[in-house]
Amino acid sequence: MIYLDHNATTPCDPVVLEEMKKWFTEMFFNPSSIYTASQRAKEAVEDARKKVARLLDASSEEIIFTSGGTESNNIAIIGTALLLKNRGNHIITSLIEHHAVLNVCKFLEKNMGFQVTYLPVDKYGIVDPDDVRKAINDRTILISIMAANNEIGTIEPIEQIGKIAKENNVVFHCDGVQVAGKIPVSVKKLNVDFFSLSGHKFYGPKGIGALYVRKGVKFKPVFYGGHQEKGLRPGTENVPAIVGLGKACEIAEEKMAQDSSKEKILRDELEKKLVERIPEIIVNGHPEKRLYNTLNICVKYVEGESMLLHLDFEGICASSGSACTSGSLEPSHVLLALGIPPEVAHGSLRFSLGRSNTMADIERTADVLPEIVEKLRKMSPFWNKK
Amino acid sequence: MYSEKLLDHFKNPRNMGRIENADGIGKVGNPVCGDVMWIYIKVRDDRIADIKFETFGCGAAVATSSVITELAKGKTLEEAEKITNQDVIDVLEGLPPLKKHCSLLAEQGLRAAINDYREKQRAKH
Repeated sequence: MIYLDHNATTPCDPVVLEEMKKWFTEMFFNPSSIYTASQRAKEAVEDARKKVARLLDASSEEIIFTSGGTESNNIAIIGTALLLKNRGNHIITSLIEHHAVLNVCKFLEKNMGFQVTYLPVDKYGIVDPDDVRKAINDRTILISIMAANNEIGTIEPIEQIGKIAKENNVVFHCDGVQVAGKIPVSVKKLNVDFFSLSGHKFYGPKGIGALYVRKGVKFKPVFYGGHQEKGLRPGTENVPAIVGLGKACEIAEEKMAQDSSKEKILRDELEKKLVERIPEIIVNGHPEKRLYNTLNICVKYVEGESMLLHLDFEGICASSGSACTSGSLEPSHVLLALGIPPEVAHGSLRFSLGRSNTMADIERTADVLPEIVEKLRKMSPFWNKK
Repeated sequence: MYSEKLLDHFKNPRNMGRIENADGIGKVGNPVCGDVMWIYIKVRDDRIADIKFETFGCGAAVATSSVITELAKGKTLEEAEKITNQDVIDVLEGLPPLKKHCSLLAEQGLRAAINDYREKQRAKH
């Protein structure tokens, strides 16, 4: 099997899994209990917190463990809205955010009287910081912009947007799920107040994530219960997963430079070969300001799912758009925001590379896909009429 | 999510292609929605002597196109008109709910091709 869908999820690193094991079994203790064994569990959680903090250039007290990216985004956005709703009811985000941000904003619009500005992007998917500045009004309480887009890989000017948020005294949340563990992140440099990350996107376990909350920044909890995570995210800590996340952060720091240079070479080669071999395709996203592992293309006159099924028959795993929208018939909201016509957006394919990929994987994919496209185009009324 | 039967029709579509000088063509669907089906028929003595399809769409759209052509081939126009989307779904041993519209598209495509043939006949006389 050739796995080219790492933006959807990654395999858990065996070293990570090994670290986690004993916290399920002999070290199963509740970190909140008083006895020594529990204190070991507590220390393991705090050790992991340090590792997450180090990855983000934050301090440990600024990290809250959550169940993943979706929860981190929900807590940051809803928690800020709840806290500041008397100060203002306006939120700024972009058209190309993940649904874990967009649908939270829609919830607030529908149920809490919030007004949301969905900023457009340019043809590469970049949010113009000037648009952010212009959208701010005296009721604006929150800006939420992703660090990099999951579908096309475009990297947003977070540092500049953060500066604008700071100057205007507006809270700034950044969905960093696609960059954490992939590229160096300094929350200090980025001027963000909240930053979401998810373990399984960088070889950690699923069901665990974190939210960075800048020191001094407050929000109202969304869940209520015990004192865990300072009461901001109560519930008995998922110790094995937290330990796994910490380890994944540590490994990411070690391997980031090597991963990025290797995957970029492979991604560029795949892009070059596909552009050479398949007529009438479009490469989406910014040519340079793009995650090194992501390639998103639109193949004209064919539909994405058909290509994915044929790739699957050949043992190649990829996706069209994001995994979260594959149950939908709508073309990708991200590609539509780039100005791509719907009929072309239906022909999208996303390849996202990871640690295990080799040049042989790329060569095989670049051999197989042109044949698939030719076969499907032969079937397509539009191609035949050209 | 797809049945074996559907994947077989997707992998090995029956009657795929175009009929030059077709007696009737049914063009249904919309590229904006991601599904377009063109059904070509050749009619002899009120019977569908030949039928082919061209489709732009997902796996279900290709498979339902393939099935409708199999179901219609050799049938009289009257019989063919009675083929419903449920007949297509039955052959495929089910369709995911989200893909039901593909079976409707197939039904509509065949009927549009028959209507096109009848209109052309009327114009001739």
